[in-house]
Amino acid sequence: MPDHPLPVDPDQPISPSTASVLTVIAVGGAIGALARAGVAEALPHPRDGFDVATLVTNVVGSLLLGMLMVYVVEHERGHPLLRPFVGVGVLGGFTTFSTYTVHTRGLLGHDLPLALVEIVAGVVLCLVAVAAGVALMRRWGPR
Amino acid sequence: MSALSWLMVALGGCAGAPARYLIDGWVRGLRASPMPYGTLTVNLLGSFVLGAAAAGLDGSAYAFVGTGFCGALTTFSTFSFETWRLAEGGRLTTALLNLGVSVVGGVLAAALGWWLVA
Repeated sequence: MPDHPLPVDPDQPISPSTASVLTVIAVGGAIGALARAGVAEALPHPRDGFDVATLVTNVVGSLLLGMLMVYVVEHERGHPLLRPFVGVGVLGGFTTFSTYTVHTRGLLGHDLPLALVEIVAGVVLCLVAVAAGVALMRRWGPR
Repeated sequence: MSALSWLMVALGGCAGAPARYLIDGWVRGLRASPMPYGTLTVNLLGSFVLGAAAAGLDGSAYAFVGTGFCGALTTFSTFSFETWRLAEGGRLTTALLNLGVSVVGGVLAAALGWWLVA
């Protein structure tokens, strides 16, 4: 018996094993975290100032996830490991919720208006970015 | 950042992203709900741990636990996608609830972590 018998249904989706899914998520997470640290190094901010690096990271990651989800789920494209690798690993590792909440907490004590601006800008711009990514891929993506 | 810190960021990310996937799957399995409790759980947990790490760690230890692990354990892209998807699917109340609980709860969790260590 061969190790990989032919499937009865040739259109049956390949279901990647848990081990390969976890592996690509781990590799993607490392890539995403390094990219996020790179953006933070490139766009430094004062401790009591607006954290523009985290905002840029989260907006870009949200835009790309919106595009990826349409590409994979609606257009049914891509390798079965694309979504775990890029969506869960790279983009999940790239974007961060904790840096956003921890930085805002630090601002709350001495600059309440800036803390509120950071909170609202983060949420609003990322939701707009997801919607834009979805719309872009629905309009110009492959069919 | 030192070469060791960059390595620690990569290792932390390598652990944080699969941890998010496993915790998210486990929480989803507990109870079927349109509310994305899995992402909410990792984001609150990561905010708490990063709050504590920001108060107690620096250098390569912070690069591993904070920048690498907590950064990859939590996710903004999935949070914003799920919130947007709820709203697009007509569940505006659930979307707003998810947004409010995530943001207010996340800042409170970060404050609690900071307060316990600082």
